Amino acid sequence: MSTTESPANAPGFEVDRDAIRHLADAQINVELDTGDMIINLGPQHPATHGTLRLVVRLDGERVLAADPVIGYMHRGYEKLTEFRTYPQITTLINRIDWLSSFANEVPFVDAAERLMGVEAPPRAAYIRTILTELSRIATFVLFLGEMGLQLGALTPAFYGFRDREHVLNLIEGATGGRFHPNFNRIGGLKDDLPWGWIAETRSVMSKILTACDTFEDLVAGNEIFLSRTRGIGVIPGEIGAAYGVSGSNLRASGVDWDLRRDGRPYLAYPEIDFQVWTHPDGDSFSRYWVRLQETRESVRMVLQLLDGLPAGPVMAKVPRIIKVPEGEVWAETENPLGQMGYYVVSKGATGPFRVKIRSASFSNVSILPWLLKGVYVPDVVTILASLYFILGDIDR
Amino acid sequence: MARIKLPGMIGGLGITLKQLVTPTVTVQYPHEKEDPPTRARGVIALQEENCTVCMLCARSCPDWCIYIEGHKEKRPPRREGGRDRTVSVLDRFDIDYALCMYCGICVEVCPFDAIHWSPEYEYSEPDIAKLLHDKVKLGEWMPSVPDAEPLEVGAESGKKKK
Amino acid sequence: MTTTLALQIGWGTTLALKTVIVLAIIPLGALVLGYVFLLKMMSHMQSRLGPMDPGGFHGWFQLVGDGMKFLQKEDIMPEQADKRVFATAPAVVVISTFLVFLVIPMGPDLVVKDLDVGVFYALAVSSLSVIGVLMAGWASANKYALLGALRAAGQLIAYELPLLLAVTGVVVQANTMSLQGIVYAQQDGSIFGWSGVGNPFILTQFVGFLLFVVAAQAELTQTPFDMPVAESELVAGYMVEYTGFRFLFFFIGEFGTATAFAALAATLFLGGWSLPWVHGDAANWLGPIVLFVKLMFVAFLMFWARFTYPRLREDQLQALAWKVLIPIGLVNLLVTGVFKVAF
Repeated sequence: MSTTESPANAPGFEVDRDAIRHLADAQINVELDTGDMIINLGPQHPATHGTLRLVVRLDGERVLAADPVIGYMHRGYEKLTEFRTYPQITTLINRIDWLSSFANEVPFVDAAERLMGVEAPPRAAYIRTILTELSRIATFVLFLGEMGLQLGALTPAFYGFRDREHVLNLIEGATGGRFHPNFNRIGGLKDDLPWGWIAETRSVMSKILTACDTFEDLVAGNEIFLSRTRGIGVIPGEIGAAYGVSGSNLRASGVDWDLRRDGRPYLAYPEIDFQVWTHPDGDSFSRYWVRLQETRESVRMVLQLLDGLPAGPVMAKVPRIIKVPEGEVWAETENPLGQMGYYVVSKGATGPFRVKIRSASFSNVSILPWLLKGVYVPDVVTILASLYFILGDIDR
Repeated sequence: MARIKLPGMIGGLGITLKQLVTPTVTVQYPHEKEDPPTRARGVIALQEENCTVCMLCARSCPDWCIYIEGHKEKRPPRREGGRDRTVSVLDRFDIDYALCMYCGICVEVCPFDAIHWSPEYEYSEPDIAKLLHDKVKLGEWMPSVPDAEPLEVGAESGKKKK
Repeated sequence: MTTTLALQIGWGTTLALKTVIVLAIIPLGALVLGYVFLLKMMSHMQSRLGPMDPGGFHGWFQLVGDGMKFLQKEDIMPEQADKRVFATAPAVVVISTFLVFLVIPMGPDLVVKDLDVGVFYALAVSSLSVIGVLMAGWASANKYALLGALRAAGQLIAYELPLLLAVTGVVVQANTMSLQGIVYAQQDGSIFGWSGVGNPFILTQFVGFLLFVVAAQAELTQTPFDMPVAESELVAGYMVEYTGFRFLFFFIGEFGTATAFAALAATLFLGGWSLPWVHGDAANWLGPIVLFVKLMFVAFLMFWARFTYPRLREDQLQALAWKVLIPIGLVNLLVTGVFKVAF
């Protein structure tokens, strides 16, 4: 069983055992208390990114207690994987986090390849990295727009969708599907890139940089936005790591931890230079800011990868019918939403015996009962928007 | 190029005003249509002559949306005095597009190049039963299957793309 | 007998005409403002086209079609709602808008009644809509609606004061509260002796104009002050239980009030129906058009801000009103008074 370095070893992080003691006592308490008002935010609500239900007890406009109720979108992924072969599972799992669809396939294929002892050729690793970073850009550009929407600015959301279209067209040109690429295969990729794709990617990357500048001026520079997000929903680094918050949320609390750099080396990340952005504040604005900088960083990474793309095959030699030998493996990657991992148990058949999916948003949402105590109702929406979870990722 | 830093609220107004006078990017479907890329997974087309009823596609579909029935027939031998040949004849080849999730496994596993991807996407129906395309209808999609497109620089040639 | 536009009209006919015109202006104003700003300007600012098909030419029929759709919907009332209060709340909001239009002049003779306390009356009557909002929120028997209504009550009352202070500056400068008088003061006035364009009060009362537009934005519960109707939190706030023609009333009320405030701002600061070189009967023909153009300009500013900014939280909103806008308004009034006495 493989182990990786944990955030506990990252600089600037100490675990306060007393703070952790009151964690994990979320119960659903819907008795009607006199004097307080109990409101259901969801499961159908514009602010909750899907079918998340928050049972919130209010005193006027202040939240006394909040309990998230999840499971409205449970699709039974782990059960589905018990009855499907590895290629079939690859087509299903990019629907877990549908915004960054390519990134969901990568850890699973990584796990299967490790069990088989097969390594994808370098060109395949580079193209996988490029597509992962493209899906990261697509996810974050949408976030930059729709966080403004949750706060009341209608316009940035449309810019987010419009600029994301360019990246989706790129992904469609390479893989054939905008949202569900289904491009990974055990041993490499399905196909190579079509003619003209690299030049088009370069031009799209400059468009994305312009879009980031627009968002910085329109949203992050807006004084109303700043006053709505500064100091709201502060997650201290230790509490965040204790709850399992990962990704940009944790980096915005000052914890310098990125699986692309600090975890087990995967894909082509060891070959390129990139900076990991952190922010000391840990409030909603810093989460927005970190994702803005990470979008720009992803653009730089894609351009580096395009420059260094090696020639060669995209598929290693694998048998036609893939039977993965017996074993267990844990594979995790830095997905756009956070840390995503698959624990694959194989008993030598064409499909896995059991797959456990560790999704980023499930842990990100677990901090909500602690985080929402004592905030105003509008701030609840700000916090939900800044944590950026996807319901498919929570419920699987 | 230096960017002048105005107070954020004024800058925001400037951005929306500039967008007001910029032409929009909307493609007014159905009056105007955009062409999907060559690899876009729109619909699956069937080339019946190549199919040998091996059932690989139906078995590998994650949704089990391909329904195949066939039977074996005897054909005269190729040369005089030889053994009779048996060929598989396709009776029924239906793809239920209400179930299909456009993953492409069937197209990929077919060893005989009998099914192909086509970027056509305009086949929505008001009646869900009509989304079951039989082999005649699947054959009608064949003319829209694009030719194999050239690959990027550095790709290994000789890798035949369907 | 009134002689207007070179016609001889009797007293009864005038009254009937005036009533019909005021009743028609609200839905028409709502339609025009709604189409131009909400459907088309917002769409183009968001890099999209808005409705294009209804009516053939750039979707001009969309809002009319929407109105017809609302009219044929089922009249649903929540079971625990207070029936009579629920039914009258939209009417209260719309009626207060109608009452504002009674004093807005569209020409030298085209005013329903030029009250001597025109401005005072207009502001007083426009604050009746607060009662309508509270009635709607309470009678809906819905926690979201209640939250929205309580937010609205606090907000609308808080922003009455900056509105008033902005207007008082104009009144001090014009020496009269009657709206016609204010228009004439602007038309006949002069800037340092040059009377080429009259003396539109926006030049001297620039701070007052900004104050008025911001306060009007808050009175209309538009972003950045749309906490009561926060779409991503309360999903229409105090209007959440209203469907069909009752919601249509609220919608017409909202955009009709936008027209009313824009017309007020145009009259108080930009000169209303007057053009400096047009007098007499010609002004009666041109007046409505001129007023329309000026109110569209003010409405453009308000909607431009609406589509660009996120919303302020309720306590930040109140802090803005009480701690920032009212002191600015008081200083503005002080400076206006000093200059009025000095010059």
